[in-house]
Amino acid sequence: MEVTAYKTDMEFFVDMQRCIGCKACEMACAECETNGHQSMIHVNYVERAVSIQTTVQVCMHCDDPVCARVCPADAISKDDFGVVHSANTARCIGCSNCVMACPFGVPIKEEKYDMMMKCNMCYDRTSAGKKPMCATVCPSQALFYGTREEISRMRPNSTPVNTFIFGQQTVTTKVNIMMPKGSTHLKVH
Amino acid sequence: MHTSLNKKALLVALVVTLACVVISFYGSRKLQNFDPALIAYLFGTLFALFGGIYRYCVWLQRPPTWMYFRRTWQFVFSGSFFVHLYYLAADSVKNLLFQRFIYPRGKKRWIAHFLLATGCMAAFAITIPLTLGWINFTLDPATALDPGTTRLYYANFFGFQVMSFKLGSVMAFLIFHALTWCSWLVIAGAVFFMVRRMTNAGLIATQTFEGDLLPLILLIIISVTGLGLNYSYAFMKGMAYDFMAVTHAISVILFLVWIPFGKFFHIIQRPAQIGAHIYKKEGMKRGMAVCPHTGQAFATQLHVDDLKTVTQQLGFDFTLENGSSHLDFSPEGKRSLLAKAHLQARQEGGNLFG
Repeated sequence: MEVTAYKTDMEFFVDMQRCIGCKACEMACAECETNGHQSMIHVNYVERAVSIQTTVQVCMHCDDPVCARVCPADAISKDDFGVVHSANTARCIGCSNCVMACPFGVPIKEEKYDMMMKCNMCYDRTSAGKKPMCATVCPSQALFYGTREEISRMRPNSTPVNTFIFGQQTVTTKVNIMMPKGSTHLKVH
Repeated sequence: MHTSLNKKALLVALVVTLACVVISFYGSRKLQNFDPALIAYLFGTLFALFGGIYRYCVWLQRPPTWMYFRRTWQFVFSGSFFVHLYYLAADSVKNLLFQRFIYPRGKKRWIAHFLLATGCMAAFAITIPLTLGWINFTLDPATALDPGTTRLYYANFFGFQVMSFKLGSVMAFLIFHALTWCSWLVIAGAVFFMVRRMTNAGLIATQTFEGDLLPLILLIIISVTGLGLNYSYAFMKGMAYDFMAVTHAISVILFLVWIPFGKFFHIIQRPAQIGAHIYKKEGMKRGMAVCPHTGQAFATQLHVDDLKTVTQQLGFDFTLENGSSHLDFSPEGKRSLLAKAHLQARQEGGNLFG
Protein backbone atom coordinates (compact mmCIF):
# COMPACT_ATOMS: atom_id res chain seq x y z
CA MET A 1 0.00 0.00 0.00
CA GLU A 2 3.02 2.25 0.46
CA VAL A 3 4.31 2.43 -3.10
CA THR A 4 1.52 2.75 -5.62
CA ALA A 5 0.84 4.01 -9.12
CA TYR A 6 -2.73 5.03 -8.27
CA LYS A 7 -4.00 7.54 -10.83
CA THR A 8 -5.78 10.33 -8.99
CA ASP A 9 -7.25 11.81 -12.19
CA MET A 10 -9.21 8.60 -12.86
CA GLU A 11 -12.70 8.35 -11.39
CA PHE A 12 -15.57 5.90 -11.30
CA PHE A 13 -18.84 6.86 -13.05
CA VAL A 14 -21.94 4.69 -12.63
CA ASP A 15 -25.17 4.92 -14.64
CA MET A 16 -27.56 2.22 -13.47
CA GLN A 17 -30.13 3.00 -16.19
CA ARG A 18 -27.59 1.62 -18.65
CA CYS A 19 -27.32 -1.68 -16.74
CA ILE A 20 -28.63 -4.53 -18.93
CA GLY A 21 -28.21 -7.20 -16.24
CA CYS A 22 -25.67 -9.25 -18.24
CA LYS A 23 -23.61 -9.88 -15.10
CA ALA A 24 -20.31 -9.66 -16.97
CA CYS A 25 -19.16 -7.43 -14.09
CA GLU A 26 -19.93 -10.22 -11.61
CA MET A 27 -17.66 -12.59 -13.49
CA ALA A 28 -14.97 -9.93 -13.84
CA CYS A 29 -15.22 -8.99 -10.17
CA ALA A 30 -14.34 -12.55 -9.24
CA GLU A 31 -11.00 -12.01 -10.98
CA CYS A 32 -10.04 -9.42 -8.38
CA GLU A 33 -7.12 -10.63 -6.28
CA THR A 34 -8.02 -8.49 -3.29
CA ASN A 35 -11.42 -10.22 -2.99
CA GLY A 36 -9.80 -13.62 -2.95
CA HIS A 37 -11.50 -14.33 -6.29
CA GLN A 38 -14.95 -13.81 -4.89
CA SER A 39 -17.45 -11.56 -6.67
CA MET A 40 -18.42 -8.53 -4.60
CA ILE A 41 -20.42 -6.45 -7.09
CA HIS A 42 -24.21 -6.38 -6.79
CA VAL A 43 -26.53 -6.81 -9.77
CA ASN A 44 -30.17 -7.17 -8.82
CA TYR A 45 -33.63 -6.61 -10.23
CA VAL A 46 -35.18 -3.39 -8.97
CA GLU A 47 -38.81 -4.55 -8.90
CA ARG A 48 -39.01 -7.90 -10.61
CA ALA A 49 -42.82 -8.05 -10.54
CA VAL A 50 -43.28 -4.98 -12.71
CA SER A 51 -39.97 -4.38 -14.49
CA ILE A 52 -36.94 -6.12 -15.95
CA GLN A 53 -34.77 -3.19 -14.85
CA THR A 54 -31.60 -4.29 -13.11
CA THR A 55 -29.31 -2.16 -11.02
CA VAL A 56 -25.60 -2.41 -10.48
CA GLN A 57 -23.85 -1.33 -7.30
CA VAL A 58 -20.18 -0.96 -6.52
CA CYS A 59 -18.85 0.49 -3.27
CA MET A 60 -19.35 4.25 -3.48
CA HIS A 61 -16.30 4.94 -1.25
CA CYS A 62 -17.95 7.58 0.97
CA ASP A 63 -15.94 10.60 2.13
CA ASP A 64 -17.07 9.85 5.69
CA PRO A 65 -17.73 6.09 5.47
CA VAL A 66 -20.59 5.03 7.77
CA CYS A 67 -19.40 1.40 7.53
CA ALA A 68 -16.03 2.29 9.07
CA ARG A 69 -17.59 4.51 11.74
CA VAL A 70 -20.08 1.83 12.93
CA CYS A 71 -17.45 -0.92 12.91
CA PRO A 72 -16.91 -1.97 16.54
CA ALA A 73 -13.55 -3.56 15.70
CA ASP A 74 -11.88 -0.72 13.72
CA ALA A 75 -11.59 -3.17 10.83
CA ILE A 76 -12.48 -0.81 7.96
CA SER A 77 -10.13 1.95 6.87
CA LYS A 78 -10.01 4.66 4.24
CA ASP A 79 -6.68 5.36 2.57
CA ASP A 80 -5.12 8.60 1.29
CA PHE A 81 -6.72 8.12 -2.13
CA GLY A 82 -10.19 7.92 -0.56
CA VAL A 83 -10.53 4.18 -1.18
CA VAL A 84 -12.48 2.51 1.62
CA HIS A 85 -10.90 -0.89 2.12
CA SER A 86 -12.56 -4.21 2.84
CA ALA A 87 -12.48 -5.47 6.43
CA ASN A 88 -9.12 -6.28 7.96
CA THR A 89 -9.35 -10.08 8.26
CA ALA A 90 -7.60 -10.15 11.64
CA ARG A 91 -9.92 -7.58 13.18
CA CYS A 92 -13.37 -8.13 11.65
CA ILE A 93 -15.65 -9.92 14.12
CA GLY A 94 -18.44 -10.51 11.60
CA CYS A 95 -21.05 -8.45 13.45
CA SER A 96 -22.67 -7.05 10.24
CA ASN A 97 -22.92 -3.48 11.55
CA CYS A 98 -21.40 -2.23 8.28
CA VAL A 99 -23.73 -4.39 6.17
CA MET A 100 -26.80 -2.90 7.83
CA ALA A 101 -25.56 0.69 8.13
CA CYS A 102 -24.19 1.24 4.60
CA PRO A 103 -26.73 3.57 2.91
CA PHE A 104 -25.97 1.97 -0.48
CA GLY A 105 -26.30 -1.67 0.68
CA VAL A 106 -22.77 -2.61 -0.37
CA PRO A 107 -20.88 -4.72 2.23
CA ILE A 108 -21.53 -8.46 2.24
CA LYS A 109 -21.38 -10.63 5.34
CA GLU A 110 -19.78 -13.90 4.33
CA GLU A 111 -21.40 -16.20 6.88
CA LYS A 112 -19.00 -19.05 6.18
CA TYR A 113 -15.98 -16.87 6.95
CA ASP A 114 -17.76 -14.97 9.77
CA MET A 115 -16.39 -11.85 8.11
CA MET A 116 -17.46 -8.86 6.02
CA MET A 117 -16.18 -8.43 2.49
CA LYS A 118 -16.74 -5.62 0.05
CA CYS A 119 -15.57 -3.94 -3.15
CA ASN A 120 -12.31 -2.03 -2.70
CA MET A 121 -12.24 -0.73 -6.25
CA CYS A 122 -9.92 -3.58 -7.32
CA TYR A 123 -7.11 -2.10 -5.29
CA ASP A 124 -4.64 -4.60 -6.74
CA ARG A 125 -5.37 -3.05 -10.15
CA THR A 126 -6.14 0.61 -9.36
CA SER A 127 -3.02 0.89 -7.18
CA ALA A 128 -1.07 -0.22 -10.27
CA GLY A 129 -2.73 2.39 -12.48
CA LYS A 130 -5.22 -0.02 -14.06
CA LYS A 131 -9.02 0.11 -14.25
CA PRO A 132 -11.25 -1.95 -11.94
CA MET A 133 -12.24 -5.28 -13.49
CA CYS A 134 -15.98 -4.53 -13.68
CA ALA A 135 -15.45 -1.28 -15.59
CA THR A 136 -13.24 -3.00 -18.16
CA VAL A 137 -15.95 -5.50 -19.15
CA CYS A 138 -19.22 -3.55 -18.86
CA PRO A 139 -20.65 -3.62 -22.41
CA SER A 140 -23.15 -0.79 -21.89
CA GLN A 141 -20.84 1.49 -19.88
CA ALA A 142 -23.12 1.47 -16.90
CA LEU A 143 -19.77 1.19 -15.14
CA PHE A 144 -17.09 3.52 -16.46
CA TYR A 145 -13.65 4.30 -15.06
CA GLY A 146 -11.73 7.16 -16.60
CA THR A 147 -11.10 10.89 -16.47
CA ARG A 148 -13.70 13.67 -16.13
CA GLU A 149 -12.79 14.87 -19.64
CA GLU A 150 -13.52 11.45 -21.11
CA ILE A 151 -16.93 11.15 -19.45
CA SER A 152 -17.99 14.70 -20.36
CA ARG A 153 -17.07 14.00 -23.99
CA MET A 154 -19.00 10.70 -23.97
CA ARG A 155 -22.04 11.98 -22.04
CA PRO A 156 -22.52 15.65 -22.93
CA ASN A 157 -26.08 15.65 -21.57
CA SER A 158 -25.20 14.22 -18.14
CA THR A 159 -23.49 15.49 -15.03
CA PRO A 160 -21.55 13.32 -12.56
CA VAL A 161 -23.09 13.65 -9.10
CA ASN A 162 -21.57 12.44 -5.84
CA THR A 163 -24.02 13.86 -3.30
CA PHE A 164 -26.84 11.66 -2.03
CA ILE A 165 -29.66 12.55 0.35
CA PHE A 166 -31.14 9.86 2.57
CA GLY A 167 -33.78 11.63 4.68
CA GLN A 168 -31.90 13.94 7.03
CA GLN A 169 -28.51 12.61 6.00
CA THR A 170 -26.37 13.90 3.12
CA VAL A 171 -23.63 11.51 1.98
CA THR A 172 -20.82 12.48 -0.38
CA THR A 173 -18.82 9.83 -2.19
CA LYS A 174 -15.70 9.25 -4.27
CA VAL A 175 -17.71 7.33 -6.90
CA ASN A 176 -20.05 9.38 -9.15
CA ILE A 177 -23.49 8.64 -10.56
CA MET A 178 -24.40 10.03 -13.98
CA MET A 179 -27.46 12.30 -13.66
CA PRO A 180 -29.36 14.66 -16.00
CA LYS A 181 -27.26 17.70 -16.90
CA GLY A 182 -27.22 20.35 -14.19
CA SER A 183 -28.12 17.97 -11.33
CA THR A 184 -26.33 18.58 -8.04
CA HIS A 185 -27.57 15.68 -5.95
CA LEU A 186 -29.74 12.57 -5.88
CA LYS A 187 -32.54 12.48 -3.32
CA VAL A 188 -33.21 8.83 -2.60
CA HIS A 189 -36.52 8.95 -0.71
CA MET B 1 -6.46 12.54 15.07
CA HIS B 2 -7.66 12.31 18.65
CA THR B 3 -4.57 12.46 20.81
CA SER B 4 -5.73 13.71 24.21
CA LEU B 5 -5.32 11.46 27.21
CA ASN B 6 -8.38 9.37 28.04
CA LYS B 7 -8.79 9.73 31.80
CA LYS B 8 -11.18 6.81 32.32
CA ALA B 9 -8.89 4.47 30.41
CA LEU B 10 -5.83 5.79 32.23
CA LEU B 11 -7.46 5.19 35.61
CA VAL B 12 -8.54 1.62 34.80
CA ALA B 13 -5.14 0.79 33.28
CA LEU B 14 -3.31 2.19 36.32
CA VAL B 15 -5.49 0.28 38.79
CA VAL B 16 -5.11 -3.02 36.92
CA THR B 17 -1.34 -2.59 36.52
CA LEU B 18 -0.93 -1.72 40.21
CA ALA B 19 -3.09 -4.71 41.16
CA CYS B 20 -0.83 -6.91 39.05
CA VAL B 21 2.26 -5.51 40.78
CA VAL B 22 0.72 -6.18 44.22
CA ILE B 23 -0.38 -9.72 43.26
CA SER B 24 3.07 -10.42 41.84
CA PHE B 25 4.85 -9.03 44.91
CA TYR B 26 2.91 -11.28 47.29
CA GLY B 27 2.52 -14.11 44.74
CA SER B 28 6.29 -14.34 44.45
CA ARG B 29 6.43 -14.43 48.27
CA LYS B 30 7.78 -10.89 48.54
CA LEU B 31 10.03 -11.35 45.51
CA GLN B 32 11.67 -14.43 47.01
CA ASN B 33 10.60 -16.48 43.95
CA PHE B 34 11.16 -13.65 41.52
CA ASP B 35 13.91 -14.28 38.99
CA PRO B 36 16.04 -11.08 38.72
CA ALA B 37 17.35 -12.21 35.32
CA LEU B 38 13.85 -11.47 34.00
CA ILE B 39 13.68 -7.87 35.23
CA ALA B 40 13.65 -6.37 31.70
CA TYR B 41 10.87 -8.77 30.69
CA LEU B 42 8.94 -7.76 33.83
CA PHE B 43 8.86 -4.10 32.79
CA GLY B 44 7.93 -5.08 29.24
CA THR B 45 5.05 -7.22 30.53
CA LEU B 46 3.79 -4.49 32.87
CA PHE B 47 3.89 -1.96 30.04
CA ALA B 48 2.02 -4.36 27.74
CA LEU B 49 -0.61 -4.82 30.45
CA PHE B 50 -0.95 -1.09 31.04
CA GLY B 51 -1.02 -0.26 27.30
CA GLY B 52 -3.34 -3.15 26.48
CA ILE B 53 -5.88 -2.19 29.15
CA TYR B 54 -5.62 1.48 28.21
CA ARG B 55 -6.28 0.86 24.53
CA TYR B 56 -9.01 -1.67 25.34
CA CYS B 57 -10.81 0.94 27.45
CA VAL B 58 -10.43 3.64 24.78
CA TRP B 59 -11.73 1.14 22.23
CA LEU B 60 -14.71 0.21 24.42
CA GLN B 61 -15.77 3.85 24.60
CA ARG B 62 -16.47 3.98 20.85
CA PRO B 63 -20.29 3.91 20.46
CA PRO B 64 -20.55 0.69 18.36
CA THR B 65 -18.08 -1.18 20.56
CA TRP B 66 -19.78 -0.04 23.75
CA MET B 67 -23.17 -1.13 22.36
CA TYR B 68 -21.90 -4.67 21.73
CA PHE B 69 -20.06 -4.83 25.06
CA ARG B 70 -23.08 -3.62 27.01
CA ARG B 71 -25.55 -5.88 25.17
CA THR B 72 -23.34 -8.97 25.50
CA TRP B 73 -23.13 -8.78 29.28
CA GLN B 74 -26.77 -7.69 29.53
CA PHE B 75 -27.79 -10.89 27.68
CA VAL B 76 -25.37 -13.14 29.55
CA PHE B 77 -26.67 -11.99 32.93
CA SER B 78 -30.36 -11.98 32.02
CA GLY B 79 -32.64 -15.01 32.00
CA SER B 80 -30.97 -18.33 31.39
CA PHE B 81 -27.53 -17.45 32.78
CA PHE B 82 -26.08 -20.98 32.68
CA VAL B 83 -27.26 -21.58 29.10
CA HIS B 84 -25.44 -18.41 28.08
CA LEU B 85 -22.40 -19.36 30.11
CA TYR B 86 -22.25 -22.74 28.37
CA TYR B 87 -22.58 -21.05 24.97
CA LEU B 88 -19.88 -18.54 25.92
CA ALA B 89 -17.50 -21.34 26.95
CA ALA B 90 -18.27 -23.57 23.96
CA ASP B 91 -17.94 -20.71 21.46
CA SER B 92 -14.68 -19.59 23.10
CA VAL B 93 -13.16 -23.05 22.75
CA LYS B 94 -14.33 -23.29 19.13
CA ASN B 95 -13.41 -19.81 17.94
CA LEU B 96 -10.70 -18.56 20.30
CA LEU B 97 -8.79 -21.73 21.15
CA PHE B 98 -9.26 -23.44 17.75
CA GLN B 99 -10.03 -20.36 15.58
CA ARG B 100 -12.57 -22.47 13.73
CA PHE B 101 -13.81 -19.45 11.71
CA ILE B 102 -10.53 -19.42 9.75
CA TYR B 103 -11.02 -23.00 8.46
CA PRO B 104 -13.51 -22.04 5.69
CA ARG B 105 -11.16 -19.26 4.58
CA GLY B 106 -8.52 -21.91 3.80
CA LYS B 107 -7.49 -25.23 5.31
CA LYS B 108 -3.76 -24.46 5.20
CA ARG B 109 -4.42 -20.96 6.54
CA TRP B 110 -6.26 -22.46 9.47
CA ILE B 111 -3.53 -24.99 10.24
CA ALA B 112 -0.88 -22.26 10.07
CA HIS B 113 -2.89 -19.87 12.22
CA PHE B 114 -3.68 -22.61 14.71
CA LEU B 115 0.03 -23.47 15.06
CA LEU B 116 0.99 -19.81 15.36
CA ALA B 117 -1.76 -18.98 17.85
CA THR B 118 -1.23 -22.12 19.93
CA GLY B 119 2.51 -21.47 20.09
CA CYS B 120 1.94 -17.85 21.13
CA MET B 121 -0.78 -18.57 23.68
CA ALA B 122 1.15 -21.45 25.28
CA ALA B 123 4.27 -19.27 25.41
CA PHE B 124 2.24 -16.48 27.08
CA ALA B 125 0.84 -18.96 29.59
CA ILE B 126 4.36 -20.06 30.52
CA THR B 127 6.43 -16.90 30.33
CA ILE B 128 4.08 -14.34 31.85
CA PRO B 129 3.60 -16.21 35.18
CA LEU B 130 7.35 -17.00 35.22
CA THR B 131 8.25 -13.34 34.63
CA LEU B 132 5.86 -12.12 37.32
CA GLY B 133 7.23 -14.69 39.77
CA TRP B 134 3.91 -16.54 40.04
CA ILE B 135 5.49 -19.82 39.01
CA ASN B 136 8.84 -21.13 40.16
CA PHE B 137 10.62 -24.47 40.34
CA THR B 138 12.41 -25.88 43.38
CA LEU B 139 14.52 -28.95 43.97
CA ASP B 140 13.31 -31.32 46.68
CA PRO B 141 15.89 -30.90 49.49
CA ALA B 142 15.70 -34.54 50.61
CA THR B 143 16.40 -36.14 47.21
CA ALA B 144 18.85 -33.38 46.26
CA LEU B 145 21.33 -34.45 48.96
CA ASP B 146 21.00 -38.19 48.38
CA PRO B 147 23.22 -39.26 45.47
CA GLY B 148 21.50 -42.65 45.32
CA THR B 149 18.04 -41.39 44.37
CA THR B 150 16.62 -39.53 41.37
CA ARG B 151 16.22 -35.91 42.23
CA LEU B 152 12.69 -34.61 42.55
CA TYR B 153 11.62 -31.26 41.17
CA TYR B 154 8.64 -29.20 42.31
CA ALA B 155 6.61 -26.72 40.32
CA ASN B 156 5.06 -24.04 42.54
CA PHE B 157 2.25 -21.62 41.77
CA PHE B 158 2.09 -18.52 44.00
CA GLY B 159 4.49 -20.40 46.24
CA PHE B 160 2.16 -23.39 46.62
CA GLN B 161 3.40 -26.72 45.33
CA VAL B 162 1.19 -27.88 42.44
CA MET B 163 3.15 -30.75 40.89
CA SER B 164 6.36 -32.72 41.13
CA PHE B 165 8.40 -34.65 38.60
CA LYS B 166 11.65 -36.55 38.50
CA LEU B 167 14.68 -34.99 36.88
CA GLY B 168 15.64 -36.82 33.71
CA SER B 169 12.08 -38.11 33.19
CA VAL B 170 10.05 -37.63 30.01
CA MET B 171 7.84 -35.19 31.93
CA ALA B 172 10.90 -33.12 32.90
CA PHE B 173 12.09 -33.09 29.30
CA LEU B 174 8.70 -31.91 28.04
CA ILE B 175 8.32 -29.23 30.73
CA PHE B 176 11.84 -27.83 30.54
CA HIS B 177 11.58 -27.59 26.75
CA ALA B 178 8.02 -26.28 26.64
CA LEU B 179 9.13 -23.01 25.04
CA THR B 180 11.10 -24.95 22.44
CA TRP B 181 7.92 -26.69 21.31
CA CYS B 182 6.13 -23.32 21.25
CA SER B 183 8.93 -21.82 19.11
CA TRP B 184 8.62 -24.54 16.49
CA LEU B 185 4.85 -24.05 16.30
CA VAL B 186 5.27 -20.28 15.89
CA ILE B 187 8.03 -20.66 13.27
CA ALA B 188 5.94 -23.09 11.20
CA GLY B 189 2.89 -20.82 11.27
CA ALA B 190 4.77 -17.55 10.74
CA VAL B 191 6.81 -18.90 7.82
CA PHE B 192 3.61 -20.09 6.11
CA PHE B 193 2.05 -16.63 6.46
CA MET B 194 5.26 -14.94 5.37
CA VAL B 195 5.29 -16.99 2.15
CA ARG B 196 1.60 -16.27 1.63
CA ARG B 197 2.13 -12.53 2.06
CA MET B 198 4.99 -12.56 -0.43
CA THR B 199 3.13 -14.54 -3.12
CA ASN B 200 -0.58 -13.62 -2.87
CA ALA B 201 -1.23 -10.74 -5.28
CA GLY B 202 -4.22 -9.44 -3.30
CA LEU B 203 -2.23 -9.28 -0.08
CA ILE B 204 0.78 -7.68 -1.79
CA ALA B 205 -1.52 -4.88 -2.99
CA THR B 206 -3.07 -4.11 0.38
CA GLN B 207 -0.55 -5.07 3.08
CA THR B 208 1.83 -2.71 4.86
CA PHE B 209 5.29 -3.51 6.16
CA GLU B 210 4.69 -2.40 9.75
CA GLY B 211 1.11 -3.69 9.89
CA ASP B 212 1.51 -7.13 8.37
CA LEU B 213 5.11 -8.18 7.69
CA LEU B 214 6.94 -6.77 10.71
CA PRO B 215 4.77 -8.72 13.20
CA LEU B 216 5.68 -11.98 11.42
CA ILE B 217 9.37 -11.05 11.24
CA LEU B 218 9.33 -10.20 14.95
CA LEU B 219 7.69 -13.54 15.84
CA ILE B 220 10.27 -15.42 13.77
CA ILE B 221 13.17 -13.52 15.42
CA ILE B 222 11.75 -14.24 18.88
CA SER B 223 11.30 -17.93 18.13
CA VAL B 224 14.64 -18.46 16.38
CA THR B 225 16.66 -16.70 19.10
CA GLY B 226 14.60 -18.50 21.74
CA LEU B 227 15.49 -21.83 20.16
CA GLY B 228 19.08 -20.58 19.86
CA LEU B 229 19.26 -20.11 23.63
CA ASN B 230 18.49 -23.77 24.14
CA TYR B 231 20.49 -25.16 21.21
CA SER B 232 23.49 -22.96 22.03
CA TYR B 233 24.18 -24.79 25.28
CA ALA B 234 22.72 -28.13 24.23
CA PHE B 235 24.59 -28.58 20.95
CA MET B 236 26.95 -25.64 20.38
CA LYS B 237 28.98 -25.53 23.60
CA GLY B 238 27.43 -22.18 24.53
CA MET B 239 28.51 -20.47 21.34
CA ALA B 240 26.73 -17.16 20.58
CA TYR B 241 24.67 -17.47 23.76
CA ASP B 242 25.06 -13.81 24.72
CA PHE B 243 24.04 -12.68 21.26
CA MET B 244 20.96 -14.93 21.38
CA ALA B 245 20.04 -13.75 24.89
CA VAL B 246 20.30 -10.05 24.02
CA THR B 247 18.51 -10.34 20.66
CA HIS B 248 15.80 -12.46 22.24
CA ALA B 249 15.25 -9.97 25.05
CA ILE B 250 15.14 -6.97 22.70
CA SER B 251 12.71 -8.64 20.27
CA VAL B 252 10.44 -9.93 23.04
CA ILE B 253 10.30 -6.54 24.75
CA LEU B 254 9.55 -4.85 21.40
CA PHE B 255 6.77 -7.40 20.90
CA LEU B 256 5.33 -6.75 24.38
CA VAL B 257 5.46 -2.98 24.05
CA TRP B 258 3.83 -3.22 20.62
CA ILE B 259 0.89 -5.47 21.64
CA PRO B 260 -1.45 -2.56 22.47
CA PHE B 261 -0.78 -0.66 19.25
CA GLY B 262 -0.18 -2.96 16.33
CA LYS B 263 -1.46 -6.13 14.73
CA PHE B 264 -1.14 -8.14 17.95
CA PHE B 265 -4.04 -6.18 19.44
CA HIS B 266 -6.34 -8.47 17.46
CA ILE B 267 -5.57 -11.16 20.04
CA ILE B 268 -7.21 -8.95 22.66
CA GLN B 269 -10.05 -7.84 20.35
CA ARG B 270 -11.06 -11.29 19.12
CA PRO B 271 -13.32 -12.27 22.07
CA ALA B 272 -15.70 -9.55 20.82
CA GLN B 273 -16.67 -12.06 18.13
CA ILE B 274 -18.26 -14.25 20.82
CA GLY B 275 -20.25 -11.20 21.95
CA ALA B 276 -21.45 -10.62 18.37
CA HIS B 277 -22.63 -14.25 18.22
CA ILE B 278 -24.61 -13.94 21.46
CA TYR B 279 -26.06 -10.65 20.21
CA LYS B 280 -27.30 -12.26 17.02
CA LYS B 281 -28.65 -15.35 18.82
CA GLU B 282 -30.58 -13.27 21.35
CA GLY B 283 -31.77 -10.86 18.65
CA MET B 284 -33.25 -13.72 16.63
CA LYS B 285 -35.27 -14.79 19.66
CA ARG B 286 -36.67 -11.27 19.90
CA GLY B 287 -37.73 -11.07 16.26
CA MET B 288 -36.55 -10.19 12.78
CA ALA B 289 -36.80 -6.93 10.87
CA VAL B 290 -38.65 -7.10 7.53
CA CYS B 291 -37.54 -4.89 4.65
CA PRO B 292 -40.38 -2.65 3.40
CA HIS B 293 -39.05 -3.04 -0.16
CA THR B 294 -38.31 -6.76 -0.48
CA GLY B 295 -40.83 -7.88 2.15
CA GLN B 296 -38.27 -10.29 3.57
CA ALA B 297 -36.58 -10.63 6.95
CA PHE B 298 -32.95 -9.48 6.66
CA ALA B 299 -31.61 -8.77 10.17
CA THR B 300 -32.72 -8.82 13.78
CA GLN B 301 -34.96 -5.92 14.79
CA LEU B 302 -32.66 -5.41 17.78
CA HIS B 303 -29.72 -4.86 15.42
CA VAL B 304 -31.62 -2.37 13.25
CA ASP B 305 -32.83 -0.42 16.31
CA ASP B 306 -29.41 -0.40 17.96
CA LEU B 307 -27.79 0.78 14.74
CA LYS B 308 -30.19 3.72 14.60
CA THR B 309 -28.95 4.71 18.08
CA VAL B 310 -25.28 4.13 17.24
CA THR B 311 -25.42 6.09 13.96
CA GLN B 312 -27.11 8.98 15.81
CA GLN B 313 -24.36 8.90 18.43
CA LEU B 314 -21.79 9.05 15.64
CA GLY B 315 -23.47 12.08 14.05
CA PHE B 316 -25.42 10.39 11.25
CA ASP B 317 -29.17 10.82 10.87
CA PHE B 318 -30.95 8.56 8.40
CA THR B 319 -34.44 9.53 9.61
CA LEU B 320 -36.89 9.95 6.73
CA GLU B 321 -39.65 12.53 6.36
CA ASN B 322 -42.32 9.98 7.33
CA GLY B 323 -40.55 9.24 10.62
CA SER B 324 -39.15 5.87 9.53
CA SER B 325 -35.46 5.38 8.70
CA HIS B 326 -33.33 4.51 5.69
CA LEU B 327 -31.85 1.86 7.99
CA ASP B 328 -35.22 0.04 8.02
CA PHE B 329 -34.42 -1.15 4.50
CA SER B 330 -32.37 -4.25 3.72
CA PRO B 331 -29.15 -3.89 1.67
CA GLU B 332 -31.03 -5.07 -1.44
CA GLY B 333 -33.88 -2.68 -0.66
CA LYS B 334 -31.41 0.21 -0.38
CA ARG B 335 -29.85 -0.62 -3.74
CA SER B 336 -33.26 -0.78 -5.40
CA LEU B 337 -34.33 2.51 -3.81
CA LEU B 338 -31.25 4.19 -5.22
CA ALA B 339 -31.96 2.77 -8.71
CA LYS B 340 -35.60 3.88 -8.50
CA ALA B 341 -34.63 7.39 -7.42
CA HIS B 342 -32.12 7.49 -10.25
CA LEU B 343 -34.76 6.33 -12.78
CA GLN B 344 -37.15 9.02 -11.53
CA ALA B 345 -34.46 11.70 -11.87
CA ARG B 346 -33.68 10.49 -15.39
CA GLN B 347 -37.40 10.50 -16.32
CA GLU B 348 -37.81 14.02 -14.93
CA GLY B 349 -34.76 15.02 -16.96
CA GLY B 350 -36.63 13.88 -20.08
CA ASN B 351 -34.13 11.26 -21.21
CA LEU B 352 -33.29 7.83 -19.80
CA PHE B 353 -29.69 8.14 -20.98
CA GLY B 354 -27.57 11.14 -21.59
